[in-house]
Amino acid sequence: MQIGYYPGCSQEGTAKEYDKSLREILKILNVDLTEIDDWSCCGATSAHVTSHKLSLALSARNLALAEKQGMKEIFAPCAACYNRLASSKTELQNHQEQKYEIETIIEEKINNIPEIYNIVNFFQKVGKEKITEKKKTDLKNLKAACYYGCLLVRPNGINTDDSEQPDSMEEIVKATGAQTVDWNFKLECCGAAHSIARTDIVVDLSKKILDDAQKHGANVMIVACPMCHSNLDMRQKNIKSKFSDYKVIPVLYLSELIGLALGLSKKELGIDTHFIEFDLPIKNNVQEEVSA
Amino acid sequence: MKIGVFICHCGENIGRTVDCARVSKAAGFFPNVVHSVDYKYMCSDPGQNIIKQAIKDLQLDGVVVGSCSPHMHEKTFRKAVADAGVNPFLCEIANLREHVSWVHDDMDVATDKAIDLVRFAVEKVKRNAPLKTIQVPVTKRTLVIGGGISGIQAALDVANAGYEVVLVEKEPSIGGHMSQLSETFPTLDCSQCILTPRMVEVYQHPKIKLLTYSEVEKVEGFIGNFKVTIRKKARKVDDTKCTGCGDCMQKCPIKKKALSEFDENLTTRSAIYVPFPQAVPNIPVIDTEVCTYFKNGKCSMCKKVCGRDAIFFEQEDQMLTEEIGAIIVATGYKLYTIDKKPKNSEIKGYGEYGYGKYKDVIDGLQFERIASASGPTSGEFKRPSDGKEPKKIVFIQCVGSRDESKGFSYCSKICCMYTAKHAMLYKHKVHDGEAYVFYMDIRSGGKMYDEFVRRAIEEDGVKYIRGRVSRIYEENGKYIVKGEDTLAGVPVEIDADMVVLATAMIAQPEASKLAQTIGIPYDKYGYFVEVHPKLRPVESSSGGIFLAGACHSPRDIPDSVAMASAAAAKAMVLFGSDMLEREPTIALVNENLCAGCFYCKKVCAYNAIEVKQIFDRQGNFVKEVAYVNSGLCQGCGTCNATCPSKSIELIGYTDEQIYAEIAALM
Repeated sequence: MQIGYYPGCSQEGTAKEYDKSLREILKILNVDLTEIDDWSCCGATSAHVTSHKLSLALSARNLALAEKQGMKEIFAPCAACYNRLASSKTELQNHQEQKYEIETIIEEKINNIPEIYNIVNFFQKVGKEKITEKKKTDLKNLKAACYYGCLLVRPNGINTDDSEQPDSMEEIVKATGAQTVDWNFKLECCGAAHSIARTDIVVDLSKKILDDAQKHGANVMIVACPMCHSNLDMRQKNIKSKFSDYKVIPVLYLSELIGLALGLSKKELGIDTHFIEFDLPIKNNVQEEVSA
Repeated sequence: MKIGVFICHCGENIGRTVDCARVSKAAGFFPNVVHSVDYKYMCSDPGQNIIKQAIKDLQLDGVVVGSCSPHMHEKTFRKAVADAGVNPFLCEIANLREHVSWVHDDMDVATDKAIDLVRFAVEKVKRNAPLKTIQVPVTKRTLVIGGGISGIQAALDVANAGYEVVLVEKEPSIGGHMSQLSETFPTLDCSQCILTPRMVEVYQHPKIKLLTYSEVEKVEGFIGNFKVTIRKKARKVDDTKCTGCGDCMQKCPIKKKALSEFDENLTTRSAIYVPFPQAVPNIPVIDTEVCTYFKNGKCSMCKKVCGRDAIFFEQEDQMLTEEIGAIIVATGYKLYTIDKKPKNSEIKGYGEYGYGKYKDVIDGLQFERIASASGPTSGEFKRPSDGKEPKKIVFIQCVGSRDESKGFSYCSKICCMYTAKHAMLYKHKVHDGEAYVFYMDIRSGGKMYDEFVRRAIEEDGVKYIRGRVSRIYEENGKYIVKGEDTLAGVPVEIDADMVVLATAMIAQPEASKLAQTIGIPYDKYGYFVEVHPKLRPVESSSGGIFLAGACHSPRDIPDSVAMASAAAAKAMVLFGSDMLEREPTIALVNENLCAGCFYCKKVCAYNAIEVKQIFDRQGNFVKEVAYVNSGLCQGCGTCNATCPSKSIELIGYTDEQIYAEIAALM
């Protein structure tokens, strides 16, 4: 299987391990990623609060490049990139005049915009059974709280999952053999880009999320967004210093969890670079155990 | 032909922009026009007398009136002409108001156009033929579809006037949603107490034929002469033998598998069941989906215990045909069931409220059942999850209503009132309980309605918060309701024991299918549509079919009952005479030209085109041609425009007449 890849800026910076773990597991799952040549910024939050046209044009440029490079499908692992690309796609398809204007701005033609996948959709496409098939590690000690964040399943109608009570990520997590917990704050705001300017807000909001997950029995958070990861992982130290009775919880990318299931090491997956150490007991070599 | 032209000023309406004197003068020179005058109010008595007098004095045999739209006064002028002894269809209207004076400013241009339009009408009237209205007989029987409060009211009104009624209800019992309600606003009288006597009255009425557990399959014919096919679904119980003793239900081993529809899934019922103890008729039905006998043939406990041998497993659906003159549609509504993933993909759902996930987040009808003395908790307030008395209830209005992005853009109209009632009933029984209502606006128009809401707020201490709820989640057995108080401008968080969602009223899911079966229009929501929103609110555009209750739009009990009585009165108007008069301006087939392609049949919106076989004198089949059913044809002209061989003409609007009109304008 081959698919176009839009890494986005985080995959080369704060979320290097997200990119690394993805590339590692996709080797095992026989998926070839072809990076969009000359891709640029998706616009993220900054563009669409500045100018709607700018946000559309930035995404449209990447979509046009992908189309020109013959890609029918592209995979954007970052939730913000996915949200921008998918929202822009819908808008370009539904508003012809807007499309013509954007085409003039980016000096590219847009005809057949590729299908866009976020990480959950992507693994649905790859097939959960493929993960189960190649599973090497027993993850049943992991009780995962799947955290979708604000962008992954929104806006309503663009994604196939319910934007208020999603459960598609749980399906993938279950395929790795880990357990999932039912909890309240799958979509609650983590504070997002306030992380730097108003760390206090992020500390409070992230604590609420992490507390609720743990209250419902989770021992690991699973995320699908570099921003969510940085807030939930990096800010736990700040939470701890503000609330001394706070108990930390490791935060993994969905790709890292799959990687663990496929028998990759924490180092290979970049889990060793996280702020909160992942030290839950997992058993290797399921198959051997079964055959023995 | 001697034609008279009469130009009306319509006070200033036409006179202000059209020089009526110039129009009448010009018309006087048109060929065949022997008389032409103008007058301030032609529709008034003196105005009509001018027309009548001219007809008598000059022996006119054609009349053109230049006035307002024919929709307004064509009937008036045609009657005046008929009174003077001329066939009314020899009178034509030139629309000088809506088509001229109201849409133009320049007097010269307007006057020229008015002259053209009068010339146009003169050319048409020259080619008009005297026509006679069509007379059709009337079957004085009414079909009422739906046995809720609207259907019951309509059936009783018609039957009490002495006409026969066939009442069809698809559920095993009549009573509809009203039978599920606890108390009714604004008087707080018990719903069942006022409804059940009416249900029994229907059952015992000698003029009413009650068909429960039945559905309308097919409607043929036309106003005054419908032939209706009704499917009487197999109850698997012989209703002639059953006495309603209930032994079968007592002994039925299936008690837990089937959710009670009447209790809105809050309780279970047996496989053989009556929906509720006061059901009319009190004859059970076997739910073949859950009954063990119908699954594997193993159980037949009900048959064994029935002392009357009334259980009849082999019973099949029966088809009945009824001759009907008027139809009253009263199929009611459904509550919008919000769920995580609603079946109807157009509806986005309200996953943030956790309905279907949290047991104590319920809808309005479920609350009615909990509050009802005949309900699962015998009227005591206990929440579904653990049976504890809720000390704090949050009511959320407009869930699905007035919400274009997720639900429906219309207002469901009854929720403000029933939410006030719910909160009030709760406060009356749980004195230390707290009731919160989230609302957008309080819409309590109606007699004693606003007073009722004020009473809930001021006397019973229900706390109203203006704002929407963004989410509900469970925490330590409480439901955290997060919303906004838009008056105070602050976020609100309430830890409730139970949440009641006032979900939107929606059309019955099969409403559009029924509309297609009986041939009436429906809107984008599935509600049936009236002919005129103000002046003909209970008539559908199909002659002889009337609308009552919430199948037309969201409405409460008083409105539904009033509408039902109005529909009954409309049906009885039909029965006032033995023959019905219909406009003769309908389509007519030239059978010699017709090639039998039946494009006309495909485009006819009223199913008025039939297939007629032509035989020669020896009785040999020659060909099939189109035939217009004069009872059904509404004279719309679609067939006329479609016919490739021009073998269908619309009487009164023949091609010859139209071409003459066009020629007059050139």
